[in-house]
Amino acid sequence: MPEHTPGGPGDGAIAPTGAGGQMDIATEGAGPGPAPGGPEEGGFGQPRSLWSDAWHDLRRNPVFIISSLVILFLIVISIWPSLIASGNPLSCDLAHAQDGPSPGHPFGFNGQGCDVYTRTVYGARASVTVGVCATAGVAVVGSILGGLAGFYGGTWDALLSRLTDIFFGIPVVLGGLVLLSVITSSTVWPVVGFIVLLGWPQIARIARGSVITIKENDFVQAARALGASDSRMLLRHIMPNAIAPVIVVATIALGTFISLEATLSFLGVGVKPPTVSWGIDISSASPYVRNAPHMLLWPAGALAITVLAFIMLGDAVRDALDPKLR
Amino acid sequence: MLLEVRDLHVEFRTREGVVNAVNGVSYEVDAGETLAVLGESGSGKSVTAQAIVGILDVPPGRIGGGEVLFKGQDLLKLKEDERRKVRGAGMAMIFQDALSSLNPVLSVGQQLGEMFVVHRGMSHKDAKARAVELMDRVRIPAARERVGQYPHQFSGGMRQRIMIAMALALEPSLIIADEPTTALDVTVQAQVMDLLAELRRELHMGLILITHDLGVVADVADRIAVMYAGKIVETAPVHDIYKAPAHPYTRGLLDSIPRLDQKGSELYAIKGLPPNLLNIPPGCSFHPRCPRARDVCTTDEPPLYEVSGTRHSACHFWRETLHDVDN
Repeated sequence: MPEHTPGGPGDGAIAPTGAGGQMDIATEGAGPGPAPGGPEEGGFGQPRSLWSDAWHDLRRNPVFIISSLVILFLIVISIWPSLIASGNPLSCDLAHAQDGPSPGHPFGFNGQGCDVYTRTVYGARASVTVGVCATAGVAVVGSILGGLAGFYGGTWDALLSRLTDIFFGIPVVLGGLVLLSVITSSTVWPVVGFIVLLGWPQIARIARGSVITIKENDFVQAARALGASDSRMLLRHIMPNAIAPVIVVATIALGTFISLEATLSFLGVGVKPPTVSWGIDISSASPYVRNAPHMLLWPAGALAITVLAFIMLGDAVRDALDPKLR
Repeated sequence: MLLEVRDLHVEFRTREGVVNAVNGVSYEVDAGETLAVLGESGSGKSVTAQAIVGILDVPPGRIGGGEVLFKGQDLLKLKEDERRKVRGAGMAMIFQDALSSLNPVLSVGQQLGEMFVVHRGMSHKDAKARAVELMDRVRIPAARERVGQYPHQFSGGMRQRIMIAMALALEPSLIIADEPTTALDVTVQAQVMDLLAELRRELHMGLILITHDLGVVADVADRIAVMYAGKIVETAPVHDIYKAPAHPYTRGLLDSIPRLDQKGSELYAIKGLPPNLLNIPPGCSFHPRCPRARDVCTTDEPPLYEVSGTRHSACHFWRETLHDVDN
């Protein structure tokens, strides 16, 4: 007969198990070098989630540090461009058209006689706005639709999958030329809307696949067996586990969205003057690249660095969130 | 009676045809009682449990018929949102692998507390205090310090304790434990089983213990139901079964336990494989593997014969099987 009073053999035998768990944590903490939080409190270490592990890795990754410093700088100057550029990007003097660098105008002047330095600084705003807003839109729309399709399956899933096929079939540049050419607004919002419209299927597919993998897990069944509702299972148990691949792809896509904005602006259907955009400046400078290369090089260089920074950030985040690389 | 399962049928539609996973299972559990459901893999014991709790994947699964009476109410007739209220508060389930049954991105405290937040509408702070209480109750050392830790920071036995704590959170009247100790070391198995048995006694719950391990059953169960090919082949109080099984399959299971006094001799194994559920043999489904099979077994399906007031056996030759052991 199993007679166990508290403090009997049952209790005594538990102690080694507890100690074992403690040891595991101790070695885990010692592995990646001295833990920055100091020695663990109470001997049990700090709670470590996937996110805190990822952050722990990211803080030590030079690629992440450099790319996030660049991105931070870009965000700051797109909010307050006057911090580093005192001029007005729209005050131009044709007398200086295509002039090279001169005191007070380190990057020279463009074809309209505008200061290239000021325009390059102000151009960050359009790029960063399009990149961030389009990515946010794509991530939200894509993960909601993909998540629901993956969770409920059946008809909705089939419908969504065919719909994503259709959107994948639309060539981005051609679609942009057709759809955006009828829009007269000069702001960045039509471009953001267009990118969200064409970009969500990619995220939806990833979210769908990820949700399907996660929902097979026992802990989802267990939550169900303990009375969790559909929305609770999806929002609390499935999505937080399924979101990592979405974040990775979205971060990498952010860079490509920025270059897509420049491409569309270059073709004249994206952001339109008087809004300042690197794409517009690249477009207007390209005929004169042999006579005045500085007009092209500065905005193009800024664009390249921005795209590179976001893609590097995406790579670093992907590495940090991939448990297999740990 | 706390739970009565009556003539439950569950089938799965697959490309190859209809898989009859559960074919008319009936069993009952009273408050404070432990029923052990024994059987090989694929005998339908887990599927029966999933149908009772209502977490069967539909489709491909389908409940073909029968009743699941929980406190007199047929659960199969309830709407999904009414059933959900029974889950967790009325009955709870413990799964085999505690690591995969816990959400890796939530701390154990959050997961335990969630039960109170969702079902009882408690604040997060109160829920956390209750989570610590629960962890104490299942004897997790240093519960207060460990409540914020994540599942991977606990050992296997501790994780299963947390699962048990989650199942107990709302003090359900029935707990279904689906092979709760299979993934654990033998010493930890005993601790977890003892804990379950003790909590059941304290809270006067019904416990359905699904297992294929006869060793686990002997100490904790009051009654045993043996399943084969989606049917109950024998039910009896636990001591009767160990003393003298009334079905050749139960006999085979008992004989295949290694014993100290048989050191050096070959271990018995039931010959053959469990039947393909797409194509269950006619007559008694155990007859191709049964040492006692006669012609009648290949044609006539045995009903559940009453062996005594508390025992039933689905074997045409239950008398001979019982007698055999007495010799």
